[in-house]
Parts: sequence; C-alpha cells; structure tokens
Amino acid sequence: MLTEQERAEIEVHAACYLHRRAAGPEALKVVQAHRGWVSDEALADVAEALGVTATELESLATAYTMIFRRPVGRHVILLCDSVSCWVMGYERLVEHLRSRWGVALGETTADERLTLLPAACLGACDRAPALMIDGVLYGDLTVEKLDRILEGLK
Amino acid sequence: MERPLTEHIRAEGEPPTLAEYERTGGYAALRQAVGKMTPPEVRAAVAESGLRGRGGAGFPTGKKWGFVPTGPGESRPKYLVVNGDEMEPGTFKDRRLLEGDPHGLIESTIIAAYAIEAEVAYIFVRWDYQTAAARLGRALAEARAAGYVGRKVAGSDYGLEIYFHVSAGRYMCGEEEGLLNALEGKRPTPRAKPPHPPVVGLWGKPTIVDNVETMAWVRHIVGRGPAWFRGLGRGAEGGTKLYGASGHVRRPGLWELPMGTTAREIIEEHAGGMRDGWSLRGFLPGGASTDFLTAVHLDAAMDFGSLEQAGSRLGTGAIVVLDDRTCPVGFVANLTAFFARESCGWCTPCRDGLPWMARTLRAIEEGRGEAGDLALLEEQTKFLAPGNTFCALAPGAMEPLTSALRLFREDFERHVAEGRCRYGRAGE
Amino acid sequence: MAKIYIENIPYEVADGQNLLQACLTLGFDLPYFCWHPAMHAVGACRQCAVKQFKDEADTKGRIVMSCMTLAEEGIRISIDDPEARAFRAGVIELLMTNHPHDCPVCDEGGECHLQDMTVMTGHAYRRYRFTKRTHRSQNLGPFVQHEMNRCIACYRCVRFYQDAAGGRDLDVFQWHNHVYFGRANDGPLENELSGNLVEICPTGVFTDKTFKRHYARPWDLQTAPSVCGHCSLGCNTIPGERGGRLRRIRTRFHGEVNGYFLCDRGRFGYEFVNSARRVRWARVKQKEVPAAEAVAHVAALAGGGRVIGIGSPRASLESNFALRALVGAECFYSGLAAKEQALAALVLEILREGPARAASLHEAACADAVLLLGEDVTQTAPLLAASLRQAVLTQPIEIATKLNIHRFHDAAVREALQKEKGPFFVATADATKLDDIATTVFREAPEEVARLGFAIARGVQGDAPPVVDLPPERRQAAGLIAETLRNAQRPLVVAGVAGGSAEVIQAAANVAWALCAAGVPAKLLLVLPECNSLGAALLGGGDLEAAAQAVRSGAAETVIVLENDLTRRAGTETVEAILSAPHVVVLDAIENATTARAEVVLPAATFAETNGTLVNNEGRAQRFFQVFEPEGEVRGSWRWLGEIEQKLKIKNEKLKIDSDGEEKRSSVPQQSWGLQRQEEAERFDEVVAAMVRAMPELAGVVEAAPGAGFRVAGEKIPRQAQRQSGRTAVPGEASAEERSVPADADTALAFSMEGYAGIPPAALVARYRRPGWNSNQAINKYQQEVGGPPRGGDAGKRLFDAAGLREKPYFSTAPAAFVRRAGELWVTAAWHVFGSEELSVLSPGVAELSPEPYLGLSPEDAAALGAKDGDLVELRIAGGPAHRLRARVRPALVAGVATLPAGLGELAAMELPAWGKAVTIGRTEGGAA
Ligand SMILES: Cc1cc2nc3c(=O)[nH]c(=O)nc-3n(C[C@H](O)[C@H](O)[C@H](O)COP(=O)(O)O)c2cc1C
Ligand code: SF4
Ligand code: FES
Repeated sequence: MLTEQERAEIEVHAACYLHRRAAGPEALKVVQAHRGWVSDEALADVAEALGVTATELESLATAYTMIFRRPVGRHVILLCDSVSCWVMGYERLVEHLRSRWGVALGETTADERLTLLPAACLGACDRAPALMIDGVLYGDLTVEKLDRILEGLK
Repeated sequence: MERPLTEHIRAEGEPPTLAEYERTGGYAALRQAVGKMTPPEVRAAVAESGLRGRGGAGFPTGKKWGFVPTGPGESRPKYLVVNGDEMEPGTFKDRRLLEGDPHGLIESTIIAAYAIEAEVAYIFVRWDYQTAAARLGRALAEARAAGYVGRKVAGSDYGLEIYFHVSAGRYMCGEEEGLLNALEGKRPTPRAKPPHPPVVGLWGKPTIVDNVETMAWVRHIVGRGPAWFRGLGRGAEGGTKLYGASGHVRRPGLWELPMGTTAREIIEEHAGGMRDGWSLRGFLPGGASTDFLTAVHLDAAMDFGSLEQAGSRLGTGAIVVLDDRTCPVGFVANLTAFFARESCGWCTPCRDGLPWMARTLRAIEEGRGEAGDLALLEEQTKFLAPGNTFCALAPGAMEPLTSALRLFREDFERHVAEGRCRYGRAGE
Repeated sequence: MAKIYIENIPYEVADGQNLLQACLTLGFDLPYFCWHPAMHAVGACRQCAVKQFKDEADTKGRIVMSCMTLAEEGIRISIDDPEARAFRAGVIELLMTNHPHDCPVCDEGGECHLQDMTVMTGHAYRRYRFTKRTHRSQNLGPFVQHEMNRCIACYRCVRFYQDAAGGRDLDVFQWHNHVYFGRANDGPLENELSGNLVEICPTGVFTDKTFKRHYARPWDLQTAPSVCGHCSLGCNTIPGERGGRLRRIRTRFHGEVNGYFLCDRGRFGYEFVNSARRVRWARVKQKEVPAAEAVAHVAALAGGGRVIGIGSPRASLESNFALRALVGAECFYSGLAAKEQALAALVLEILREGPARAASLHEAACADAVLLLGEDVTQTAPLLAASLRQAVLTQPIEIATKLNIHRFHDAAVREALQKEKGPFFVATADATKLDDIATTVFREAPEEVARLGFAIARGVQGDAPPVVDLPPERRQAAGLIAETLRNAQRPLVVAGVAGGSAEVIQAAANVAWALCAAGVPAKLLLVLPECNSLGAALLGGGDLEAAAQAVRSGAAETVIVLENDLTRRAGTETVEAILSAPHVVVLDAIENATTARAEVVLPAATFAETNGTLVNNEGRAQRFFQVFEPEGEVRGSWRWLGEIEQKLKIKNEKLKIDSDGEEKRSSVPQQSWGLQRQEEAERFDEVVAAMVRAMPELAGVVEAAPGAGFRVAGEKIPRQAQRQSGRTAVPGEASAEERSVPADADTALAFSMEGYAGIPPAALVARYRRPGWNSNQAINKYQQEVGGPPRGGDAGKRLFDAAGLREKPYFSTAPAAFVRRAGELWVTAAWHVFGSEELSVLSPGVAELSPEPYLGLSPEDAAALGAKDGDLVELRIAGGPAHRLRARVRPALVAGVATLPAGLGELAAMELPAWGKAVTIGRTEGGAA
C-alpha cells in the first residue's frame, strides 16, 4: 500500500544508517507525514521494506510518542503539560479546549477536526503556556489567543 | 561582555546564511583545525579549556574525548553524536542555538569529529524542533556544497559525513545511551555501563555524545584558544553559559552570561524580577532534575562547583521559579508525573516506583493524602537513589522531590491534615 | 579461584562469575528475576541487590546489583545488611503494585518464582492503595497461555525468545509501567522453542495451555525423570501425571544435552498418552481378552516356530531386546525400512569408528565454526537450533573479552558484538530457519550439498577424495570454508538423515575427519529421525524388506511387531507382504493401521507408563522412568515379551517331560534370558543385565541410571511431592483417605510421598523443589555450581566414544553432479517440527499447527507447471499412483527439486528422495472442472 513517494523517502532515511532497520522510526514518520497516522497495513509494509517483522516495528511504534497508531484529527494539538507551563496555567487551556472546543486530552473531536495530546516540555518555557499545532509552536497563550488560532484553522 | 555563542543570533527571522556566517569569521576555525592542527592538538585544546558538558552532568568534555581509542589500528568507524533532544522540563537553551546558529553548530561538529577521528556524525534533534531541523538541513546542504562536509573537508584529507536524526519523541532519547539505541532504530532504553559509549557506542563503535551547547563551544575554543575560554567565566569554570528563567518572572527568557553569574542577577536583573503580586519561594536552578534552592541561595554562583556546594546542581542552567502563589505539592506532582510517564520501563524502581509516587503526590495535592504518605514518599526518594536504578532518570527525578519534601514540608503536611489544597489553580 | 567476603567471612568462588551466581552457588538465598543462568545478567529487575564495601573499614557501603558485579578477588559484600534487605523487599513491593491477587486461580501457583521471592524478601503487606494497570491478553496459539496482568517486566521472555531462540514475533511494546510483552497481533507463536516461555517467565504470564485444559495443582502431580521421545536429541524431561492422565512435561536439566530447555514438540507432544485411540486391553482376533489369555495365545504362536520379530526405533532398547531375545537374533528385524536402516547404520559406523567425536548439544553450543549440510535442524532437532545460535557467538565473544566485558554482562556483550557472527555455513535445498545467522548460505540440491562437503574435506586435507567437475567458484568457496574450519578451535559439522542422502552424511564425516587429521578436534552432530534410531542401529537385525522376504518365502509365519506402525515406514508392497503373514502380533500403545491388521494386539505402555533406555544421536544411553500406573492392562512391551517368553519356556519344559518333543524343542529361542521364575522375568534390571550379557557393547546402559536397588539413607526416591507440601492424601480432591500405592520393584523410585527428601543423582530427579524454592529455579540447588552440571554429574552414559585420532578411511566417492530431468522433479522430504513425527501429532495442539500435505515447488518449477500457490497438483512418484496435493511455492527452493512434508498424509511412508512427475489440475478441490 505504500506509495512510490513514501518508499523513496524511506530509502533516503535508510541510507543514513548502518543497517536498514535503524530507519524504523523515520520510516514510520514518513508514513505518518503522508497519512496522518500509521495503520496496521502501513506498518506491515514498512516492516517488509526494512526487513523487520511487524512485531519488531510495533515495538518501536508503541515506544515513541510521536508515532500515531490510531487515526488523528486533521489538526494535532500538542499541549505542553510540563512544569513551566503548569506554573503558568496550562490547565486553564485544557479546560477551555474541552468546554469550548469539545476535545479532551487524548481525544479527537467527533468531526475529526482536532486531536489533543499532552506533550512533554516543548522547550518554550519562556513563552509558557505553550502548545504546538501541526508542528507550529504557539506561546504565551491565553484562552482568547487560543480561540483566535483555532478559529483560523479549517 | 562577550557572548560568543549567541552574538550572531537574530531575535527574529532566518539564521545567517553560509555567506553571512563566513563574513563574521565562520569556518575559519575549521580551516585552522583541519589545515594546521592534528586531532590530538584539537583534543588537547578542548581539554585545556576545561569545558564541562552542558547537557546536565557537567562531565569534562576533553576528558570524555580522551576515552576514545584513537590512532591507527583502532576500531573504525567512530561516531560523533550531537545531543539536541532537549526535553528536560524548563529547558529551552539548545533550541536557541539550533535555530539561530546552525552553521556554528555544524562547524563545531566537524571540528569535534575531526578531533576524535570520527567518520560519521549525527545531529539528533527532538521531534518538536521542526524549525531547527529545517534550518539545520539547509545549512548542512550549504556546508556540503562549500566542501566543509564530505569526502574532503575544507580541502583536507579528512572525510566526514553528517546526518540528521529527528527523534520520534521520548525523554529517554536525551539520555546518551537511550539516544544511541534510538539512532540504531531500537527502543530508547539505556544500555549497561560499562562499557561507555566512547569505547562501545553506536553500532558497537567508539562514540562521543555531546550536548548542543557543549558542542557549540568547540569552534570558539579552537579559534580563540583555551585561555580565552577560561577567562570568560567569573570563577574557576570557564566560558559563558546559556541561562534561562521561566515561571512568574517579569521577562522569562534566555541569556548568555559568564559562567558563575548568580541566580539573583539572572532572576532579578535579566528576568526583571518577580511579577507584581508574586514573590519567590524557591527555584530549580538547572531544569527538572535538580534540587530546589530558596532565596538564601540567590547569591550562589550558577556554576557546577558552587551549586553542588549549595546542595543542588547546575544541570542545564534553566531556572524554573516557584512562587508563593503556586502549590509546591502540585509543582512536584507535575514533575513526578512527567518522570513517571517518561520512565522507559526497564528497571523496577523507576518503572513502578515513580507512578506510585506520582499518584501519591496527586492524591495529597487533591486532598486525598493519608497519614503515612509523607514517610512513604521519603522512603521512596531514598529508594530511587543513584546506583539503585539502571540509569539517571529516576535519581534525577528524586532531586526536586527530596528537596521539596524538606523545604516545603509544611505545605505537604497541611495538605494531608486539611485534606485540601489552599492554593488556587496554578497560574491564577 | 577468587576469595570473596560475605558478611566478613571469606569464601572461594570460581573466577569470572557474577556475585549473584557465586552467592547462590555458596548456598545463600538471594532473590532475582531478570538474571537466568542460561541468559546471564542485564540488571533490569534490581531484585538481587547486596551491599558492597570498599574495605574492612567501610561500614556504610553502597548498594550494588549482585548480578552485575564481578565476584572478584577481595570483594566484600553483605547480603544481610538491613539497607540491602529493605531495598530487596522494596523492589518486590513495587513489582506487586500491579500484580493481580489471583494466586489461587493462577496456573503458576505453587511453583511461582515470584511467590517464592516475595516470601523470601519478607514483603507481606500492601501499602499501594491506587488502582492497578490492566492489560488485555493475547491468544498465542495452542501451546502458550498469556495473562499479561501478571507481568513483572523482568524482560526474560523477550530475551529468551529473541536472543536464545531467534524468534522475531514476540517483543516488548508500550512504555513506562505499561510495557507489554506479546505479539503485534493475536496468533500462534512462530518459534519452535516458544514453550520455554512457560518456564522462563518467573510468574504466571506465560503458562502451559495444554496443562490448563487438564490442570492439576503442581504439587499434586506425580512425576518421574524421563526422556523425550519425539526426536533423536533425547532431551531430559519431567512428565507430570494426576488421576491417570498425563498433564504436562517440564524440563529436567541436563548439562550436556538440553540444559534448561525443551522444544515445543517435546513439551507439548505428550497428549498422545491420553489419546482416546489408546490400546488399553489385550485383543485376540478383535476380541478383548484377559492378559494371560493373550500371552498364552502368543506363546502358542511363537511355540509353533517360524516366528520373526520386528523392532522399532521409537521403542526402548529393553523392549527391542526382549523381542530379539524372544525370537532369536537371526529372526529379529530392526523395524526400519532399507534406506533408513542403511542411514542409521552409517551414522553409527561414523560415530563409532571415525576419529571425530559426536557433539552433545552443549558442545555444539561451544563450537566456534559450524558447517551445516542438508537439513533444517529446526524442524528435525529443534533444540539444536538454540545451540547453534549460541555457537555463532563463540568467536565474536572475543570482541567483548578484549574490551574487558565479562561474559555474564549479557546486554553489554550484545552491544559490543552487534550483529557480529562467527562462521556458520549452511548448505540446503530450501530455506532453513537458521539462515538468519548464517555466514554463507548455499542453496543446492542434496547431491550438490554432498559435493560441496566432499570438496571442503578435500580443501582441509589434500588426501581426501576429490570431486570431479566442480565449478571453479564452488571449489573456491569450498576452499574458503575449509580454511575457516581449519582455523577454528572447535569446529562442528552438522548433518542429518532426514534428507535421505547417505552422501551428505558421508561428506559431513569426511569434513570432520579431515579436520581431525589436520589436528583440529572437529566434532560431528548427526541428526537421526527418532528417539532410539541409534539404539535400533546398535541392536541390528535385518530391515523391513528382509522381513517381508522372510514372510514371502514362508520362513516366517508369525510376525511380532513392536511399537511400529509399518504403514508409516515402508512402501505398500513391503508392508502388505509382512502383514499378510498368517499370524501378526502387534504391541503398541496407539491404534493405528498396523494394529488394525493384527490377530493379536497387546497394549503397550508409553514412555510415561514404563521404564526404558533410549540412545540419543550422540550415543548417550538415557533412562526414562515410569510416571504412573496406567488404566487398563497396559504394560511395557519388554514385560509383555518377557511374560511370553516365560510362558513359552514353561510350556517347553512341560513338553520335555510329556514327550520327547524333538521338533518343538528346536523352536525354543536360542537366546533365553536364563531366568527361573516369572517374577524375575518382570524385573527391569534383569532385562538390562541380560541385554548387556548378550551385547557387551551396551554395557553402559547399566550406568545410565541407578538400578532398582539404589537407596539413599535406606530410602527410595518419591515420585510425589513431600508430605510437607500440604497434601495429605493422594486423591485429595475426592477423599482424604490414603490410597494404597503400587509397589515399584523395577526402580529406585516410589509411587509415594515418602522417601528421600534430599537431592538424588540427576538420573533420578523427579522434581525440583528445595525449601523456599518451589519453582524450577530450584534447579540452582541441584547443581554443583549454579548454571553448571548437576551434583553427582549429568544423567545418562555415552555408549561409545571416538577414540581420538583413530584411522578410518574417507568415504571415497563423491556423488556425480545433480542433473535436472526435463519434466521431472527430484522429490525430497521436508520435515516439519509439528506433523512429521508420529506420536506428537496425536496431541491436538501439534495437530493444529501441522501443515496440510503439500508439494513444495521452486518458483521456476511452479511456473513451468503453471501452478500457483494453493493450486491442486497431481504427483506420481517413480511411476506409482497419482496423489493429489496442494502446490506450495517455496521461494528459496532450488529448481528441479520438490519437497513433500515428511510423515504426513498418504505419502507418509514414501521413500524419498525419488523422481516424480507432477501436473497441475486446477484451483478447486474438484480438479480442472
Ligand atoms: C533521562 C535523561 C535525559 C537526558 N536528556 C538530555 C538531553 O535532552 N540533552 C542532553 O544534551 N543531555 C541529556 N542528558 C544527558 C546525557 O545523558 C549526556 O550526559 C549528555 O548528552 C552528554 O553531553 P555533555 O557532556 O555535552 O553534557 C540526559 C540524561 C538523562 C539521564
Ligand atoms: S511476561 Fe514474564 S518473563 Fe516477560 S517480562 Fe513479564 S514477568 Fe518477565
Ligand atoms: S537479577 Fe540482578 S538486576 Fe535482575
């Protein structure tokens, strides 16, 4: 099921390591970049491409936080829940996301628009509380600012 | 005041291009190293500078490099790994260097690799640092095109390949052996030591893992000499340090200051002091894995030696401030939950001890504490001491907790006794 | 030796061990989980902590993990130190935070290492007050039950499964305290050593699913030392019975043979013993009769003269001998078909007369270079695979040694070694499950495999016979292998008879012999098909074709068949000839096509119901002991045959008085046991003694295990758990009354809880249990040095040994090159660990995993036949009848060669290899239509 494009990208990564199997996490990320998440079929295909078993790859996939083995919404929100953001009140954002946007931590909205995941320190403690949406970092958040950002998303 | 690591870093926008970088003297140190110095000479310079690792443990970098078996006939290839995983809560210093000065890091990496006679280097960046990864990627392409990376580095006989690895996300990827496992496409669990990575590292070959900030120094030390480096610090320890401050200070941020600057200067001058209505109760001097200090320590020099004397550690040099309106129990409950979540699950005390402690802390914070809880927590902090666990994650987690149980004892006791938290929600 | 101090008292311990092993060897109790003597240390569980002190003056000390610390000269430690004790109790307390309190319903109960260690550390009261994490368990197939909630995350399972067994479908998932050990998806575990998880896991995550179906409390099981009957390796086992049913098999430690492990066929193949197809009563002409009547009937037949006996490679030496004694050596046939017999004899000749010693599994694991010719041993001798996986690390271990990493630091050693493998050359026609560790793989037809072997031998020693027409690159490859083997310290050559090629075995012998001639102590490991194949070869006798001839010629009127389903073993013509004899007497445990044709059927005991000796593939005689008294009139074949002989003798003595009886007397067997009274004839030791008298070469059999007269402190060895176990009455679940137990005059074991409670000689170990150690980890206590040989030495006795550099001429003729025949296939046997062996396949789990009969085709031949995977094909072998089979495309199989699964379906008895013709008839069962 992997596309030529995905295969080509996986090969680029595979060339960076002594053994092909070392590219496991990278290859999963390639699939995820194209599909949003890694399905069982995709995982099996990647395993075959790298000469590992599905079990071995699943062992990796489930160890790393940034490999999604379940479908996620169109926008993935990584909300920093580490200490500086806690001090600066990230819990308020969580509550707001639930009440206003209908998404709780670890969940995806019914319309598959948003997925909210807790994240370890995003390295933006000077701009706490912070979160990342689709790879873009937002800091110094207030509920108003968060609303503006989310309203801007499709 | 010299700020060698950050002087060319712009507050906004793209980092310097290769041309811009070269205009400010970039890659001169590299030319000098591969053109005029032997690897032992480069190693000697770094050793002489007294540079200590900025990744948290403060191990002398030159000494670490010295463990690598070098010279003809020794095991090949060798690897250099730059640790840019930066996931220590409260820490955001490497991000600045990665995003703001990619060429600086690449130049240093090449010189360091040359020094330890490595053929391959990896720059390991955490998943969330996508901007950094993109900028590093562009810089590397430029450096390669200019002949700084590849089969003949700057026209010399030395060859080096540099790869990036963007992590798939785990705190343990920052622990050097977890990082090596991650690079090998394995679960990022720690490895048995000894053997240490300089002898048996990536794919069983000698490997040096250095923190981004540590690495950034290499070109400066080679270019301007160990004596210059030593002169930058205020006390015995040389160089500058990227210090950060977060929490309810007026201007949270990151500053490059002489090694040994006091916490008071950082918090009161650079960060502008506490916000109105908030006052300082304590602070973690160097990220989540360091012991709390309090106002009495504000004048301690923020260097490895002085903070150890003060009963804590410099760690990453990232100050996290605990204020008087924030619950210390909640604070350590948050930290402990982080460590419990990031425990790799390999050794028992860490895997099963941290979640228990995190739940106990949460219970106390939420007013469900019980009589024996504090004694139990104290017992467990001793239980997760260095040597008792497989790697340093759990002992690191114990540092803020142990000190909090001592310094903020009455808060814990009051929570248990009253069955509630008197503080409002954090941040309000 | 190193002097170490424990609580300030000096002790001498062997060099290079870790402290844990040293302390256990010294008899101290130290708890541990992640460490295992066969898998070494990784320091994960932190359970084995002790205090280490810098010197005498140091009173503070620091906690270290004993498994990760070298027991080096002068080291000072304390086990008793309060802080160390508290730490160990604390670790258990943590492990128990998530462990369910389901001990009463856990299959591990009563033999749980976690339970033992919990009691040992003194952790008793729960302080953790929060909820436990829960997991969903998986269906891992018919053998292994999974209950993940009991996991204590010691990582033993994945380390065993991946590192020792080479499996890649069991792994660890998730993170922090949610780590999960299992497969990516539900499904049977793929590795043929998976059952060891049951014993490796220190708690009840992996348990024996076959046991579960007829579970009994482990301490209620009656057990005896036994030997596995499902392949030629002869792994040592402890079967357990309760209420007349065999419930399970566990490992009996053997330092030289199986160590701590068993394969799945051996562990789970036992259920044939409980089969509904068991023969339980004697039968004459389809009618059940009392035993005495059946004996009299057979004695009358035998007394009539013209009687021959057909032995069996799956029956004990004693039963075979009893038959041979009854009918006379010249009327005794081995029970093997001509080709199998020739191959077994060839192996015996090579091992007995050649200079290369047969390797035990332990020695195989120590080999530093391996050549494997012609056989996927993972299917024919599964546990050998574990030895070979260890052998490929022998050379690379040097890397770790140079880096000062001690062998016991398992994880560190593996990091240092990475993928480094020692030389291991594989030459087979199809892929093997060991290809992943091979240095070089040669995919060739059997003849070419043999030629490669001959060429390697020639490369080692110039006077070994040449191979003609060998392509230069093959010659060169052979030269390189020869050089590698020559440079090794302990090279090993592995081959087997499963492929049916004498040349391959000869080639293996030549290589080993050439190495011996070159001064390199090479060993040979030759795999045979059955548990007593080598014993059968030792006993000799004609083959089945000769037996058929005896019947055809009228020389034999009565045929006594011992534990042998002839229809599985030889072609229809031969079998028909034998079974058409006027009188056919069959002794067997299971109804089969041969018993169906017999005039007399005598219910034979299985391995679990009698005693006997088997000779494994290295020539080691090993004794198995009766575990329980079976239901019905079941007896050991040797006992039936002894009774028949007695009857015959009494009758003949009477005849002598009644008349002159010239003719009749001549029918009295030549080799009588010379016994006087019936009771004596039934004594097992007497059979052994008679056998040794008749065949001095078998003298070692006497030493395979202590005899019936053996006692320790005047006591026998109990087959049941000690009285202190809490059990007071044998049928405890039904009544509290003591039942009278059968006496056992044949062995030093008793059907009782009474007897010697200490550690008996290894051959008589019926269970592993010491105070405080109720799981199989008690094995530690039965060893001289933990991980080493048992106290008093390993069980069993080698019957012969190559005596150094004896002269033995090379096998001189390498086969001609393999030439494909247009339109024909060279059909060879493919052995399957599940399915190819006769008895184990009667166990439901084994049957479930055994393949449907098929014809394995190379992609090229499949294409030529227009056959796709799963298509129906019709196969004719040597112009015989057509057989319909599904095609299976084997991607690695050499073109021109096809494979048929051994022992399965109507082609079970086909003599392979042979030329065959195949045509494709379509996709559906109905054929082309
Ligand atoms: C749990 C854990 C996490 C760590 N994370 C990081 C990290 O994110 N970045 C880093 O540079 N060092 C990290 N370290 C420290 C590294 O193990 C290692 O000491 C460091 O990379 C060495 O570099 P240095 O000598 O330049 O400081 C971590 C250590 C532990 C125990
Ligand atoms: S399943 Fe058993 S062997 Fe595997 S980690 Fe858990 S307790 Fe250990
Ligand atoms: S047995 Fe020593 S740490 Fe597990």
